[in-house]
Amino acid sequence: MSTEPLLKVRDLHTSFFTPAGEVKAVNGVSFNLDRGKVLGIVGESGSGKSVTAYSIMQILASTGKIVSGSIKLDGQELVNAGESVMKTVRGNKISIIFQDPMTSLNPTYTIGHQLIEAIMLHTDRNKKEAWDRAVEMLQLVNVNEPQKRMKQYPYEFSGGMRQRVMIAMALACEPDILIADEPTTALDVTIQAQILELMRSLQEQLGMAIIMITHDLGVVAQMCDEVIVMYAGSICEQGTADEIFYNPKHEYTKGLMRSIPTADTAGSKLHPITGTPIDLLNMPSGCPFAPRCDNAMKICIKERCERMRLNEYHFSACWMNVKDGMGQASDAEQTEKGGGTK
Amino acid sequence: MSKIFDANEQPLVDVRHLKQYFNINVGPLRSKPLKAVDDVSFTIRKGETLGLVGESGCGKTTVGRSILHLYQPTDGEVEFAGKLIRSKADIHELRKKATMVFQDPYSSLNPRMTVSDIIGEPLDIHKMYRNKAEREERILELMERVGLNSEHASRYAHEFSGGQRQRIGIARALALRPDFIVCDEPVSALDVSIQAQVINMFVELQEQMGLTYLFIAHDILVVRHISDRIAVMYLGKMVELADAAVIYDQPLHPYTRSLMSAVPQPDPKIARANRRIVLSGDIPSPLNAPSGCPFRTRCPHAAPCCAESMPEFKEVASGHFVACHRVNEL
Repeated sequence: MSTEPLLKVRDLHTSFFTPAGEVKAVNGVSFNLDRGKVLGIVGESGSGKSVTAYSIMQILASTGKIVSGSIKLDGQELVNAGESVMKTVRGNKISIIFQDPMTSLNPTYTIGHQLIEAIMLHTDRNKKEAWDRAVEMLQLVNVNEPQKRMKQYPYEFSGGMRQRVMIAMALACEPDILIADEPTTALDVTIQAQILELMRSLQEQLGMAIIMITHDLGVVAQMCDEVIVMYAGSICEQGTADEIFYNPKHEYTKGLMRSIPTADTAGSKLHPITGTPIDLLNMPSGCPFAPRCDNAMKICIKERCERMRLNEYHFSACWMNVKDGMGQASDAEQTEKGGGTK
Repeated sequence: MSKIFDANEQPLVDVRHLKQYFNINVGPLRSKPLKAVDDVSFTIRKGETLGLVGESGCGKTTVGRSILHLYQPTDGEVEFAGKLIRSKADIHELRKKATMVFQDPYSSLNPRMTVSDIIGEPLDIHKMYRNKAEREERILELMERVGLNSEHASRYAHEFSGGQRQRIGIARALALRPDFIVCDEPVSALDVSIQAQVINMFVELQEQMGLTYLFIAHDILVVRHISDRIAVMYLGKMVELADAAVIYDQPLHPYTRSLMSAVPQPDPKIARANRRIVLSGDIPSPLNAPSGCPFRTRCPHAAPCCAESMPEFKEVASGHFVACHRVNEL
């Protein structure tokens, strides 16, 4: 296996240019994704987690634009690579599934038609071969009676079944990376368990890397090897799942962990994060979380903390770590080595 | 916080054999009853929080709405504070004492009304004030109580964030000084950090005002946190009801077991070690509910007897109700 990460994102800035001004939805995001790994991106609404994914796929809304930064897939630069290059990347090398399986499928075509369309677009299979491949894919995602299901329309499928079809479609061309944008948020708990189980087993079987975007820390704990925590367009903290859950080093991550109810919190008070999320149109010059942070210091309001390496598996952008004397590597070194954990 | 309840005390809400059917058109001139709630019985004690969980379409929201008589129940009885709800006058009185907080803080507030009018509307309907000044004073008091800046009373709902809107909805529900609030997925639309603020507020309000809640949600960790007892529904039936800790740690019904094991635990070590009981298949349509036990088509323990009759919802241990034919064998 080469040491070069499969996907290398460096200092990505994506903005939306609205009549009210520039919304910096992604503000300097860097990370690596290695082959066969599951990377979780967590954050609240408006934290920029989905925009990061859409930037990688370059499927931003018309007002959105990658302002600067670099996205390298297997060493190939994707930013400004042009639509013809992106067409060979989307579906073939990186696929995406969305939150809402109800609206991701076209209601006027059969499932088979839509699967075959995707397969024929990306491979040189003929219609017969594409049909066989589609049936094979439906079997892979445990859809019963695939021959019959191919001829049915999306309305004849339940939510969980539609998400299976979306996964089948996304994996039909054996991509290296599957981006899953809140894949189970619209589903019920028992159906969510089915889909997560399916994604886990497909990942082991096919060996693709997964970027799992979610707000649910439970899903992250279950699925991910590495975790990125985002707030207001930037990464606060990043590391292995164990480091993030058992040794959080950013005040926001700590607050998030404290605020989720668990079996042990019953009968006691939760510790919520005070205040409301930041307005992306009026970003402060300091740490974006400082206005809500209980331990904010003077420097937090004045100056944004750069990402610091705490150990081989753990990065955090919080001045508290400097205070505690933990940030060890200089910024230049981290940018060189990137956020990848091996 | 652990509350102590007197077993002999009369329950605040007593629901007996509640049925709520909706007629659905299935073809030209043909309709079929959709049994959204089918023979559900339970009680809620004063000061208690009863959590109601289940997957979409299981009838949990309908139960909440039927108790408040937002629908006319098809059959069954609802007794509130010892009084059977029968006539229109009873319903009018009931709605002074029992209110509701809705799931979606965006669609449940009228965009053309100011916050002060939204919160004041129940007061207007039930004529709960003597003069304008008293109305005003009550609205400001309510806003402060739920942590809203009372200077914002003349603003419109769209000027507030999701969490603040939900506070407006809660202030409206509190306006009539109710005893009982049906909370229908009140935190599902909120971000994690805001969700914790609102959950804490529900707990504090209960402590201060002695409120009783029916807390409907699909997020089991939230329900486990806030509830004294939890009821589990599946396809219009109640399948299990017990103390929150018992439902969470020692569930008896196969559906509850799989539901609890499917909860994504926010702890990687537990999540990796967790043996999930992953159910096969989907929830059947309530229009074509299976015969006998509604869960039998997905149940790993289904036996022939399960297809024949609906198991009785019976007390298997003190305060622990289960509807399963095979509960003793599992």
